[in-house]
Amino acid sequence: MDTKTYPVIWLQGAGCTGCSISVLNAVSPRFQNLLLDELVPGQQLNLLFHATIMAGQGEPVIKVLRHTEKSRKGGYILVVEGAIPTAEGGIYGSIGEENGKHLTIQQSVEELGRNALLTIALGTCAAYGGIPAAKPNPTLCKGVKTIFNEKGIKTLVVNVPGCPPHPDWFTGTISVILFSGVKALDLDELARPRLFYGQLIHENCPRRADFDKGKFAEKLGDAGCLYKLGCKGHYTYADCPLRQWNNGISWCVKAGSPCLGCVEPEFPDGTSPIYEKITYATLRRLEAPLRSTSDDLQ
Amino acid sequence: MSTKIKIDPVTRIEGHLAVEAVIDDGVVKEAKSAGTLFRGFEIILQGRDPRDANRLTQRICGVCPTAHATASALCLDDAFGLRDTVPDNGKLIRCLILGSNFLQSHILHFYHLAALDYVDAVAAVGDLSPFVPRYEGDYRVSNEANAELVNHYLKALDIRRKCHQMLSIFGGKMPHNVGVVPGGVIEKPTEEKITNFLWRLNEIRAFVDNSYIPDVIAVAKAYSDYFEIGKGCQRLLTYGGFDLPPRLSGEDKSGGKLFKAGVVSGELEFVDFAKENITEDVKHSWYADSDSGKNPAKGETKPQPKKKQAYSFIKSPRYKGEVCELGPLARMVNNYVQGDAEVKKLVDSVLVQFGAEINVLYSVLGRHAARALETKLVADAMVGWLQQLKPNEPAIVHPVRNITGGGQATEETISNGVQAKIPEQGEGAGLTEAPRGAVGHWMTIKDRKIQRYQVITPTAWNASPKDDKDQPGALEQAMIGTKVKDKDNPFELVRIVRAFDPCLACSVHLLDVRGNESGIFRIV
Repeated sequence: MDTKTYPVIWLQGAGCTGCSISVLNAVSPRFQNLLLDELVPGQQLNLLFHATIMAGQGEPVIKVLRHTEKSRKGGYILVVEGAIPTAEGGIYGSIGEENGKHLTIQQSVEELGRNALLTIALGTCAAYGGIPAAKPNPTLCKGVKTIFNEKGIKTLVVNVPGCPPHPDWFTGTISVILFSGVKALDLDELARPRLFYGQLIHENCPRRADFDKGKFAEKLGDAGCLYKLGCKGHYTYADCPLRQWNNGISWCVKAGSPCLGCVEPEFPDGTSPIYEKITYATLRRLEAPLRSTSDDLQ
Repeated sequence: MSTKIKIDPVTRIEGHLAVEAVIDDGVVKEAKSAGTLFRGFEIILQGRDPRDANRLTQRICGVCPTAHATASALCLDDAFGLRDTVPDNGKLIRCLILGSNFLQSHILHFYHLAALDYVDAVAAVGDLSPFVPRYEGDYRVSNEANAELVNHYLKALDIRRKCHQMLSIFGGKMPHNVGVVPGGVIEKPTEEKITNFLWRLNEIRAFVDNSYIPDVIAVAKAYSDYFEIGKGCQRLLTYGGFDLPPRLSGEDKSGGKLFKAGVVSGELEFVDFAKENITEDVKHSWYADSDSGKNPAKGETKPQPKKKQAYSFIKSPRYKGEVCELGPLARMVNNYVQGDAEVKKLVDSVLVQFGAEINVLYSVLGRHAARALETKLVADAMVGWLQQLKPNEPAIVHPVRNITGGGQATEETISNGVQAKIPEQGEGAGLTEAPRGAVGHWMTIKDRKIQRYQVITPTAWNASPKDDKDQPGALEQAMIGTKVKDKDNPFELVRIVRAFDPCLACSVHLLDVRGNESGIFRIV
């Protein structure tokens, strides 16, 4: 049987490479397994462009982008990590030089996005703007879907947010595509796979019983629910409490830290001050989706 | 006739970098390095809750977030008056968290970022992406050793991942740990966590001893001419890092740090470091000239992207006006010159294999060797730090003392650990060592908000543009004078660049291309 190969172009915008590093932390499967027909028999990714990993440099690798765009039109997966700086024509971020000119992040995302099978906006910066788009947003950073909407680009965008995203959220999204096809992706109203972002942190939190009993941590390092220390688990949708991080070793709340709400579109402006408790009033101000049904928020 | 070579993007580094070199008679006459991304972190931090800096600044860099976590926590300790109250457990666990990521970052750098310049992956696995396209020609390792190195490339993916797993025992998760906070580290250590950590650490130490260090030596033997290439400015700067409790530091004058602070010149002369001597020039950077020459405690970030003469948004940090190189080489030589017996033993054990003197370390291979030896130094030291932990005792300041006096913590300010009352106004500085070199954070608090936040990263020093006196930066100096054998495959340039392990997300910025040189223009 011929192996079906999905070429992958991975672009890095205004970000920190933390999403790539997080994906390299994937365990079952590991990232390299996706590239070697080791996840779904007869299906694999072919990583053609990733600036942190690829052997080549300079103009030859820019040509790889253009060659893929033309030869595999409509058949490659575009992964975008980092936000898209749009101020002054995108000059604040360039991924290389082409024909003696900057190839800006904005231009490359628009052009390669237009001809992709689908685009995965990996991490909160690519999905919603994230920290580079935080006030006063000095470089007018935007998320991929916003750019596509503005430019009339119809390519499907799958948001896999998180600062960084859990590696399984990426490999799991890929596994849906390889096993069942792109149409099988079940996305919520924020374009996130429900598989990973379907449940509230607070619902599955091991400190939930403390909350119900009214036992609250008063300072960092205390036992008890972290609500008063600023935990944003009351309105953050992700499966961290069940999946845990770094091969199931720990996660923010287990380590005694309030959830930062890092997967939500309001991160970081809406979820800070990080150590101040969140209230209904805050959520209303954010116009955040009020999906928590309990009277949890005082 | 001169030729200009431009490499944009430089890959297998963190972030967005371009370099160009003007070559005359096969030798680099002029070199420029420039970051190609600007995010404006320091502007974004203004007006925020000071405590949030500790979380947000980690997001400057996903490869070395723990260094920013540490620097920002030290900076907040200073501004909140907590500096002398962090418990020993807190200091030790901060070091263990920072150390874990040193191991992760250095292993990733050698195998996954640098090695493909020396190792022929195509010979081992075939013509596969992402191993092609690439520079062709100068791959010299024997077939057998080459296959072994490619195996270790894969094995190192597992080992670096395990470094992060180990870190998350105390840090909660990686990248972007949540354990390090002002006042210490959130959770108490337990016997179970300590031994779990130690068990993982031992597997990583075995890899460093049995694979990483021998592999660097094998590459060095095949490419020994690279002990002569990329000398650079030969002035090495460290701020010092890994702040240990007094009982582990003895009489050490540098205040109980694994890495000593200092400035070492090419003749191996050492002088003490003082942070007041740091200034940042901006003559060739896209910032208002009124910012030039300021100490970071007073520094501003006012972008001026249309400024003439400028070619980078990286500023030019200088020490007493001089160009300095930072990183593992700087740290190992600083400790060596200051008489650290452990470091001297490690460095001499490698030098003897090459019959070389310590000044050969000012080179491409010297930087790789220093990084590998430093990995061993840190990994071995971590065993001792774990054994010093006091199980089930706090790692963060608690309301146990009433400290009074000028600038000291009061009972009120320390009563809630990180929930401490934020001072109405104040200043802080946090200096430490990141995998790529010394890193500093400076903040000013006004009306309980961040008024000013300045970060100087190691890559800002190393990859800086020319300064107000037109002295090229450290990486630029390392490229100048280099003989480039094959202009279509300029291995020498990318090997020099990658030996510095540049981290561009850390140093930020924007590119301008000066296209006014005469001659043939090559983009490779």
